[in-house]
Amino acid sequence: MLALEIGWGTTLAIKTLVVLMIIPLGALILGYVFLLKMMSHMQSRLGPMDPGGFHGWFQLIGDGMKFIQKEDIMPDGADRRVFAGAPAVVLISTFLVFLVIPMGPDLVVKDLDVGVFYALAVSSLSVIGVLMAGWASANKYALLGALRAAGQLIAYELPLLLAVTGVVIQAGTMNLNQIVIQQQENAIFGVDWIGNPYILTQFVGFALFIIAAQAELTQTPFDMPVAESELVSGYMVEYTGFRFLFFFMGEFGTAFAFSAIAATLFLGGYAVPWVHGDAANWIGPFVLFGKLMLVAFLMFWARFTYPRLREDQLQAFAWKFLIPIGLANLLFTAFFKVAL
Amino acid sequence: MWEQEVAFWIIAVAMALAAIGVVRSDNVVHAALYLVVVLAGSAAQYILLLAEFVAWVQVLIYIGAIVVLFLFGIMLTRAPMREESGKLDNDQRLASAVVSLFLFGVLTVFLVDAFQGDEVKFSDDLVKLGSSANVGESIFREYVIPFEVVSMLLLAALVGAVALARKD
Repeated sequence: MLALEIGWGTTLAIKTLVVLMIIPLGALILGYVFLLKMMSHMQSRLGPMDPGGFHGWFQLIGDGMKFIQKEDIMPDGADRRVFAGAPAVVLISTFLVFLVIPMGPDLVVKDLDVGVFYALAVSSLSVIGVLMAGWASANKYALLGALRAAGQLIAYELPLLLAVTGVVIQAGTMNLNQIVIQQQENAIFGVDWIGNPYILTQFVGFALFIIAAQAELTQTPFDMPVAESELVSGYMVEYTGFRFLFFFMGEFGTAFAFSAIAATLFLGGYAVPWVHGDAANWIGPFVLFGKLMLVAFLMFWARFTYPRLREDQLQAFAWKFLIPIGLANLLFTAFFKVAL
Repeated sequence: MWEQEVAFWIIAVAMALAAIGVVRSDNVVHAALYLVVVLAGSAAQYILLLAEFVAWVQVLIYIGAIVVLFLFGIMLTRAPMREESGKLDNDQRLASAVVSLFLFGVLTVFLVDAFQGDEVKFSDDLVKLGSSANVGESIFREYVIPFEVVSMLLLAALVGAVALARKD
């Protein structure tokens, strides 16, 4: 335990504050490091490197100011309440995911017994927000985008669950903290100084998780729902200013959350194999952040380099390729769990 | 445990209002969104009963998948933007009232009969009982046959649905 004496009220206040801060902060970090800097380098974009002089540091602040200034427009035929509620549903679903991600042995908002299952359950709620947005906009592009998004999110939820199931079988628990401890304590082939990060045994699961998470985020190889050249920007087309910012933060916040879950499930989370107890609480958040950025780097790397898949390719890829692989991985994992 | 009772009644009233919204709404999409509230309410009730795993299954399956499929289907076939007053109504009010009263009666009788006025006392044992480990144990040890039968039934339904939907 951390050697601090704080009452439950203070603890609750701190927890609430951390969770409320984490999405804007995570979205800003990912947006700045990857979307603005890494993408500019990879695609030789000059714009985001210019404002403010040094490396374009002012670009993000400028973008933020632009969003706040914009007029809040609602289409005439829009269903006003549903239209206004949609971004909130998306953002709340992202907020809820962060409740179970451990940042240290004691640094977790709620150490749920069903941890990772809970995270996947609440992250699936964002589809409802997307459908609400697309339908309430009274715009056929928005509706088409929402339908594509829903079809895609349903299709890629299965590989995501199958990938996670492999880890759950190997760890024998769904509690994220326990999964981290398992990876820290165990050894692989008698080598015990690196622990047993599940990426070594569940590399198929890791690949599946990253690909499926990419699709859940509707990021570029899988960005058919927001395809700007044909659907303008799908379900978000009628959203401006602050409401659009909500969707934007939801997307990057979810990317942050999925990276954190992937880092926890496959890379050993907050833990370093030889650091235990109180020290782990202090370095935990930084270790998790480092691993998370590594995973996010992989996801954004794919985002900036691959072209978009066609709608039928996208569905076939999930149903005919990822899901069979996920099932095979599940069988192998179960087999080794019982045999070893 | 008065806190539980208060929470129960707040959620129950919200669920009842939303359920009325489902049947009273003039717009199918609104009805489906009200249904989300009802299902989320029942998930919250499961949490009050310390059945945490069941609660999140409810969220993942019913809200995350089934309602999404509802919405998907409604929007793919017809996505009415304006209220279709009267269109969603029919003349089966009496029949549906009889059916729902009958269901309500059966459920009440069975629940009262099953618990015989027993009060559920909250304890650590009860928390363990609702854990995913315990649910898994009982499904795959004690109730493995019913579980497999249900799986076969669902598989048959799935194959049937594919067979019906195939064009060739």
